[in-house]
Amino acid sequence: MSTYYLNYLEELESEAIFILREVWAQFQNPVILFSGGKDSILVTHLAKKAFHPAKIPFALMHVDTGHNFPEAIQFRDDLAKKLGVNLIVGSVQESINKGRVAEEKGKNATRNALQITTLLDSLEEHKVDCAIGGGRRDEEKARAKERFFSHRDEFGQWDPKNQRPELWNLLNGKYFEGEHFRAFPISNWTEMDVWNYLTKEKIEIPSLYLAHQRDVVKRNGSWIPNSEFLKLEPNEEIVSKRIRFRTLGDITITGGIESEADTMEKIVEEVSTMRETERGNRSDDKRSETAMEDRKKDGYF
Amino acid sequence: MKIDKNQLLRFTTAGSVDDGKSTLIGRLLYDSKSIFEDQLAAVKNSSKQKGIEGVDLAMFTDGLKDEREQGITIDVAYRYFTTPKRKFIIADTPGHIQYTRNMVTGASTANAAVVLIDARHGVIEQTKRHTFIASLLNIPHIIVCVNKMDLVSYSEETFNSIVEQFEEFSSKLLIKDVRYIPISALNGDNVVNRSENMTWFQGSPMLHELETLHISSDINKIDARFPVQTVLRPQREGFEDYRGYAGRIASGIYRVNDEVAVLPSGFTSKIKTINVGETEVEEAFAPMSIAMTLEDDIDISRGDMIVKKNNQPELSQEFDVMLCWLNNAPVKSRTKYTIMHTSNEQKAVIKEVVYKMDVDTFKRNEEDKDLTMNDIARVRLKTSHRLMLDSYRDNRSTGSIILVDESTKETVAAGMII
Repeated sequence: MSTYYLNYLEELESEAIFILREVWAQFQNPVILFSGGKDSILVTHLAKKAFHPAKIPFALMHVDTGHNFPEAIQFRDDLAKKLGVNLIVGSVQESINKGRVAEEKGKNATRNALQITTLLDSLEEHKVDCAIGGGRRDEEKARAKERFFSHRDEFGQWDPKNQRPELWNLLNGKYFEGEHFRAFPISNWTEMDVWNYLTKEKIEIPSLYLAHQRDVVKRNGSWIPNSEFLKLEPNEEIVSKRIRFRTLGDITITGGIESEADTMEKIVEEVSTMRETERGNRSDDKRSETAMEDRKKDGYF
Repeated sequence: MKIDKNQLLRFTTAGSVDDGKSTLIGRLLYDSKSIFEDQLAAVKNSSKQKGIEGVDLAMFTDGLKDEREQGITIDVAYRYFTTPKRKFIIADTPGHIQYTRNMVTGASTANAAVVLIDARHGVIEQTKRHTFIASLLNIPHIIVCVNKMDLVSYSEETFNSIVEQFEEFSSKLLIKDVRYIPISALNGDNVVNRSENMTWFQGSPMLHELETLHISSDINKIDARFPVQTVLRPQREGFEDYRGYAGRIASGIYRVNDEVAVLPSGFTSKIKTINVGETEVEEAFAPMSIAMTLEDDIDISRGDMIVKKNNQPELSQEFDVMLCWLNNAPVKSRTKYTIMHTSNEQKAVIKEVVYKMDVDTFKRNEEDKDLTMNDIARVRLKTSHRLMLDSYRDNRSTGSIILVDESTKETVAAGMII
């Protein structure tokens, strides 16, 4: 006899598909914010399921800091081509050239915060009224407060203390002109759920997530990859290590971990025994206790 | 870990300001090893700054800047943990009276509610309010945790008398399944591990209850309801004539060849195919997201509902709901609100406030009928078109509505169809 209940991965999948279809039904011009990381790949894969046999009805939007892992960019281009979806790239370098933003100065300068302006400019330029993100509530304490449909005012700002209540499956995506929404279909997934699902569904991800040999530098307790953008401090030295990345952000701030996990199955096993959060190696979150909340209020992902 | 049979359980926690709710959640996360070392280090660091020895468990649930500064929960926060048996989502909601709306929000999708009582104080007004909301929102299971048992010398008599108090007032409410557990969140008694201080207690620790509650029947599998979210028209090679109705099954089970009726039009047809993503299946049930095709070409769009021919909801334009007002601005008379019900959207007016509910005494107030933030009232709604209605008691998904104020675009009320 069949059983009439879903296991938790099936339920999470069903919920995410529901959210994605709701975005399509309620908004005029939604896009998927695509970073090339595993979460946005997952969201894209879920969108494929949600609209089968039709094509994914959303463009992919990438905010390019110019400080990328080349592998992630290649992966992005290949996936967009394979799915036949439109790819929109907003460039931080262009925002700098136009004088919209200025490079941070100092030792730990990154382009992380600069992305906010480029993101908001791109959303406005392409008249996007809903940007679908791969944010998850388990990632970070400010993200734990996010709704599935999250309102942004005309300045792109999030007001966490005055959010619309979200009850049952009733999502209110109404807005005034100039405002927009962020939608988070995988809000309820944990890092472990993502890895279990990617493995179960045999979804392809950039090779950076698998253990590989790479030139790295030890900085703030993480292995930062060597790249043309890395400025070595006098006491730092480049070494070759077998590492993999748990998240993919800017190449200048994303730290890898030493690992032998070179298959999806081994990663699932490794993640299940992990004692640090995945963003623990992201120096953008380490700046202060409220680094994420502050950036999110300004319009960050 | 075996994941193929593990279910997802959503529960909400309700408690007053100082009854140890955050400590309890911290304890659950900590003892189930869901806290990561960098989080632990951050909390240890902050605990030290506050002058607290060791780890302040409550700080694991702090979120926004203001919450940390004021030591309170402002908004619903979601927490996650997994055991070898289940995945859990906690909707952590604040307990103050002014946050009734957040409690309602957290309760709307919960399988279970954890009601916390301070063993020193017993049942208080807030306990009654939380339990009332849990029963109003029809949460299938309630677990009453009598906390701080360490402060009453783990006394069995104290526990029994609180259980008695709870039984007495809750007999006036519609509650299906309630269990009682004496705990100490601070010391970990009966949270994850069985307490050695209360050998008189024969029941299971809280986590064991959460892991074994029967939740497969929480969703109605009898009355088949399929609200159409969107229509899929691929217009690509091989699918020229494909017209799929996409949505999430709200309740019940659908099989290929089932005779169905499309509401509100009433046209009938048969199910031709059911798809879950790329996979074609013979049957599907709630809460699966599917795409369905029918044998006949019928005009169907978002907001319509596909049901079984022999089991249909009521079609009506005027009906009563228990309404919880969620907005700072009070009800405006004669205002047309937008009503959202499943995937359907119409205009609605509040025709009459029948009575207001006093959430502390459970008494009806038929004199004062002004609705402001956090008020709960029975009201009569009139809608611009007929809705496909089930009562909330039978069907949480097709029995619930929200009202949106078009002048602010905000969600101003949540309602449960009577």
